[in-house]
Amino acid sequence: MAATAERALGKATSRSGEHLLGIATLVALGVSAVLSLVVTPPDAVQGEVQRIMYVHVPAAWLAYLSFFVVFIASIGYLKTKKTRWDRVAAASAEIGVLFTSLAIVLGMLWGKPVWGTWWTWDPRLTTTAVLLLIYVAYLAIRRITDNPSRRARWAAVVGIVGFIDVPIVHLSVVWWRSLHQGPTVFRLGGPEIEGTMLLALLAGVAAFTITYAYLMTLRLRVGRLEERAAREALSPLVGAER
Amino acid sequence: MTLAHQATLIARKDLLIEVRGRHALGTLLPFAATVLVAFGFAFGPGRDVLERVAPGLLWMAVLFSAVMASRRAYQTESEDGALEGLLLAPIDKAAVFLGKAFAVTVELLALVIAVLLLVIVLFDLSIANPFLVLAAFVLGTIGLAAVGSLFGVVAESARTREAIFPMLVLPLVAPVLIAGVRATDLAAAGRSSEVLSWLGLLAAFDVVFLSVGVLVFGYLLED
Repeated sequence: MAATAERALGKATSRSGEHLLGIATLVALGVSAVLSLVVTPPDAVQGEVQRIMYVHVPAAWLAYLSFFVVFIASIGYLKTKKTRWDRVAAASAEIGVLFTSLAIVLGMLWGKPVWGTWWTWDPRLTTTAVLLLIYVAYLAIRRITDNPSRRARWAAVVGIVGFIDVPIVHLSVVWWRSLHQGPTVFRLGGPEIEGTMLLALLAGVAAFTITYAYLMTLRLRVGRLEERAAREALSPLVGAER
Repeated sequence: MTLAHQATLIARKDLLIEVRGRHALGTLLPFAATVLVAFGFAFGPGRDVLERVAPGLLWMAVLFSAVMASRRAYQTESEDGALEGLLLAPIDKAAVFLGKAFAVTVELLALVIAVLLLVIVLFDLSIANPFLVLAAFVLGTIGLAAVGSLFGVVAESARTREAIFPMLVLPLVAPVLIAGVRATDLAAAGRSSEVLSWLGLLAAFDVVFLSVGVLVFGYLLED
């Protein structure tokens, strides 16, 4: 009874909330695009290519935010065994992998003209690449088994262990670099950042965060539908009752 | 029975199986040797290049062997319902993890000794401080065995998708590979004072993954 009410409530809020978030996402991304393409001046040193920063930094922020959510949701699942936590973790991991890849590709597009190379073993780059590999494996683990409880538990353990690993990976890469050659300090946009540039950057971060929330609601709904479809396929009678 | 005692029993059981079945020595050693010879073809025959990359090659061979050894540790459990028996036994699940990790560490260290000799002969690696190199391998293999033993149970259930296990383990143990190779490199060159921070990193990795493993391993098993 309570579960049915809860589900109905969840559905209602998600539907109207989803539309609202969709509109907010569109507006925020539009504002961010105008700010970063029109309002801000081109960078004094790097020129127009520096504008990639306004999407690259938000994408990288989303990558880390998503995986932090996976970490929290994984702990939540193991503590409560509620499938909702597992759906959150799965949705967030997929979005995280998408934005990690995006951050790396955007960084490469920026790195080629500015650094003169697509890739460098910079600590932040390397850590992000390892992060991507870990969460690609996380998604692969989710596909191993058809048993939903087992899948959720395994994924949760990987989600926790993977996130704990990140600071150690980062530390090791920082040391690795510094012992090999002098640390190369790259500060995006120079040590100090101009007012409108900072505004555009923050707008980008806000817009991407809203996009994340919107994508999460979409993916969570798909997750719920998937679960219902699986349940109905398994037992048509139980499915009809609900 | 304390956790340590239970873990020792599991480790003893695994090592006994190993002594009687000779998997590590019978399969992993030839495998590691083959990998090293293949590396020799890839980077040889010039001695200077081989000598320079030897610590990295050594760790790559150990890393691959660790993946195989951890998978093997759970393969033996899948036969004759041994895993179910282990789960029904009145012991802490964390003890299974610790015991497996300990057994895999011992197997890997036996392998490391042999592989180290092979690298010294094949790639002309001269080692200024052998004790620090051994310390790096002891700390490194504990970390590899901890990650491998934690997720080996997943690998065993995913036999049709064999790539997933190394896909998960290799990025997770990136710090072990980096710190292990650096420590071996520096110890071999006799720059002992710089080795210690890398050994510290390896030790920290071991502590983190052994503790996390103790906390979460049970969740991988309960069905």
